Amino acid sequence: MTWVTRTALTIGLMFLYAPILVLIAYSFNASNLVTVWGGFSMRWYGALLADAPLMAAAWVSLRVALLTSVIATILGTLAALALERHGRFRGRALFTGLIFGPMVMPEVMIGLSLLLMFIGIGVDRGIATIVIAHATFCTGFVAVVVAARLRGLDRGLEEAAADLGASPSRVFLTITLPLLAPAVLAGALLAFTLSLDDLVIASFVSGPGSTTLPMRLYGQVRLGVNPEINAASTLLVVPVSAFVLLASWLTVRRTRA
Amino acid sequence: MRVKGSGKRLFDRLVRLPPLLWLSAFFLLPVAITLKISLSEPATAIPPYLPVFDWQGGIEGWSSFLEALNLDNYATLAADPLYRDAALGSLTYAAASSVILVALGTPLAYALARAPARWQPLLVALVVVPFWTSFLIRIYAWIAILKPEGLLNLILLRLGLVSEPLIILNTDAAILIGLVYAYLPFMVLPLYAVMNRLDPALREAAADLGASPARVFWSVTLPLSLPGIAAGAGLCFIPMVGEFVIPDLLGGSETLMLGRVLWSEFFSNRDWPLASAVAVLILAIVIVPVVLFRDSLRTGGEGRP
Repeated sequence: MTWVTRTALTIGLMFLYAPILVLIAYSFNASNLVTVWGGFSMRWYGALLADAPLMAAAWVSLRVALLTSVIATILGTLAALALERHGRFRGRALFTGLIFGPMVMPEVMIGLSLLLMFIGIGVDRGIATIVIAHATFCTGFVAVVVAARLRGLDRGLEEAAADLGASPSRVFLTITLPLLAPAVLAGALLAFTLSLDDLVIASFVSGPGSTTLPMRLYGQVRLGVNPEINAASTLLVVPVSAFVLLASWLTVRRTRA
Repeated sequence: MRVKGSGKRLFDRLVRLPPLLWLSAFFLLPVAITLKISLSEPATAIPPYLPVFDWQGGIEGWSSFLEALNLDNYATLAADPLYRDAALGSLTYAAASSVILVALGTPLAYALARAPARWQPLLVALVVVPFWTSFLIRIYAWIAILKPEGLLNLILLRLGLVSEPLIILNTDAAILIGLVYAYLPFMVLPLYAVMNRLDPALREAAADLGASPARVFWSVTLPLSLPGIAAGAGLCFIPMVGEFVIPDLLGGSETLMLGRVLWSEFFSNRDWPLASAVAVLILAIVIVPVVLFRDSLRTGGEGRP
């Protein structure tokens, strides 16, 4: 590596991480004032645990993300199979558009249009409507991840099983699905994360009593910077980052071995 | 060629059915409803728009329903400078940030592609991690940095670079910083994927023929990376046009972007037909790059982890 690429990497990564690190550092600040350092303290984490509405919102978000992840993973995996293994079927263009459309559709449009429909047919809004909205926009992301893996799979294995007399469902369950498992898991995690993170769509389709964590945080952020939100942010950011970095570090080790 | 049995064909159809039904019901139908409401008039009723479709009306119901639809909301959008400025604002912010993203993302992607192969997965993961963490929180983090008594001003004042705090928060600069920061991974990943696949022999040949490293980059690497640049810029531009959170948190109260206008038409003014028309307008703007970059977007999307 030359000094030029090294500088580019250093500056780029500093730009990406400095704000997050500042946020984490100030979550341990004893002072009320976000930018004045008043010594190390865990008081904001205590305040966080005592904040009942925030905890309730976190619980809503977790349930929504879990349900979304299950539905989007099933739909996305099926969609990936269709796109990669079904060749040219009737309505393929429409099918492709339906799967990838929500990925490029502006969030405000997805949220608004689903809300208009829910109101039109008189559905009560709550956790179920958020899950429906989230599963709709996450399916395409799961499909992309699973389809990429399917493309790399040896079709010969599936064909051999079919030639030996396995039914299509048997081929899928005993050959394709086990080989796809890592990508399905990655897709499920992606859907979970996207759901947990969504503010805009949930704001449209949620109802009274189903305020998600991002909605709650957003409400407080609009009132200004506050150390308790820094603590909440740290709890959201650190485990996810550690997990992704650990996963890639394991990949590095495996490729070196 | 294997001939597909009828069992296989039936199974394939069953595989396609759930995603087809789900997305028709929760994506296609709602978009159609939004299109329809954008052609309706606001009303003080529930639901707050006219006409409401009369399911029992038969053919007569259909014709009176269709007659009541009109383009008034779009005429309002075209006539009122507020919406024109919001559309222009969205386009300008998205285009300016895309240019900055290309300028910042290209060296970063190049550095990733030239890093030792065994470290690349880890370095790529470092670029991706912010994408996996909360968008809202990453934008929130900038408030504490950019505000007048924030960290940036603290450092600049301490170093004596400025004599009084810079006003950055709630300006256009803050919006651009937020957009560039939030979308940098989307720019870098597809670009890295393209640069990583370039044949090193091309670079070596240029260097052997006497080109300086800068010249090699400028006349070999960069032109060959254009598909990645296009994919990255498209991936960033599309969501930025409808962006709501960044202008709302970092921009001033008078910042005009379509996502924000839609939000306030809907939640504050409760003018659903007009909000729907704004949504359709955002969609119309976004469809152009989506169609242009359809192929590179799909491969760019695979650059994600």
